[in-house]
Amino acid sequence: MEGKKRTIIPFGPQHPVLPEPIHLDLVLEDEKIVEAIPSIGFIHRGLEKLVEKKDFIEYVYVAERICGICSFIHGMTYCIAVEEIMKLNIPQRAHFLRVIWSELSRLHSHLLWLGLMADAFGFESLFMQSWRLRERILDIIEETTGGRVIFGSSKVGGVRRDISREKMQEIVRRLKVFEKEIKELSNVFIKDASVQHRLCGVGVVSKEQAYALGAVGPTARGSGIASDMRKLGYAAYKEIAFEPIIESTGDSYARCLVRIKELFQSIDIIAQAAEKMVDGPIDIKVSGTPDGEFFARSEQPRGEAVYYIKANGTKFLDRVRVRTPTFANIAPLLKILPGASLADVPILILTIDPCISCTER
Amino acid sequence: MHFFVILKTLVKNLFSKPATVKFPFEPREYPEGSRGQVVIDTSTCIFCGLCQRKCPTAAITVVRAEKKWSIKRMQCISCGACVDACPKNSLKLDTKYYTPDVTKKEDTYNA
Ligand code: SF4
Ligand code: SF4
Repeated sequence: MEGKKRTIIPFGPQHPVLPEPIHLDLVLEDEKIVEAIPSIGFIHRGLEKLVEKKDFIEYVYVAERICGICSFIHGMTYCIAVEEIMKLNIPQRAHFLRVIWSELSRLHSHLLWLGLMADAFGFESLFMQSWRLRERILDIIEETTGGRVIFGSSKVGGVRRDISREKMQEIVRRLKVFEKEIKELSNVFIKDASVQHRLCGVGVVSKEQAYALGAVGPTARGSGIASDMRKLGYAAYKEIAFEPIIESTGDSYARCLVRIKELFQSIDIIAQAAEKMVDGPIDIKVSGTPDGEFFARSEQPRGEAVYYIKANGTKFLDRVRVRTPTFANIAPLLKILPGASLADVPILILTIDPCISCTER
Repeated sequence: MHFFVILKTLVKNLFSKPATVKFPFEPREYPEGSRGQVVIDTSTCIFCGLCQRKCPTAAITVVRAEKKWSIKRMQCISCGACVDACPKNSLKLDTKYYTPDVTKKEDTYNA
């Protein structure tokens, strides 16, 4: 008989394990995947078009709603782009506050991912422990910004809320205690045999492949590429000492390790920022309208986000274009899937930490 | 090879309080500064309409002639732009959220 019989199994947009509405047509030979054909666009909301209706100050609220998890960094990147076009020099304190909130959102996003991952390989109690810890971070976010998921604290010209010195010290103290608890949790991910059984050696992307396919964020760093946009030094990152975390094996386990280590790194960055923070105003008055274009890049929990903004001198922008990290990571995902077995598909998709709602905007 | 690494955490959990609040029997404490629903003090409001102009979701309607201030609660995203804009400090963000509803109601306040 020539060749094996092929079956096509539609996967998603609704799937019990995967909370994200991505659709893949999986071409199978027996249990092995030979090809995966993606189709996206199920939850397109037209947020880029909305820029024609909302002025550049109001659009911050829309930009924040592009993603429900890394909301703050979306809003912040938009603000940075507009501030660059308008040549606004925002106060140093605002830069530090932005760093602190960015890292808090990275903490909560990575803990969310760890929980979802545990859920995907059927480790329910680990899932609950991760989300229990994530709740602490959400509490800190709510106390400092007033929102649990949508921070609403970045604006064109600075930030909208301040964190007092006492509050900042209290947060750093709480995070120190928190660090011990995540250590306990991460030990399970790092050492437990059942976790390793599902993650080690599956979904390997080599360094060359990751580079050629344009992987970003933990997907790239898990394959040994030291790409971290925070190193560009936007906001106050230039004042902070840190190194991108990389792993070399490129499998699902490596991507998981990168995220776990980034939890500790984020806590360290917050402590550094709290120490180096200068007193002073948190915003400046914005007058006039932007005219020009700018390309802003930032590191989100999922990788590099790119904001392109074109302004025409009126209060309505011409164009906002967002390239989200998940979009860049879909290409490596399609490389990972062939050769894997059907049962591993949900885990492999989860290892790139997909966020389809921001991919489709 | 390590097995049952989570055991320590699980045993600890057996002897500690639940991490969740028994809502609705136990109330949820909102921290200070939490962004809930918008409340208005109509005694100080001058019905200038600034809040209406600054609201990104067009949730507020102000009718100056009738001294009427109304808000579409379901449309409000609790961003606080109106609170920042009000020249008389008549608006405030309460820490409590608006209660869920099945219809899109509009609350109206008169001076
Ligand atoms: S901005 Fe303040 S004073 Fe003016 S209408 Fe609104 S609530 Fe009233
Ligand atoms: S809080 Fe924001 S959305 Fe709600 S009424 Fe005020 S400006 Fe409008």
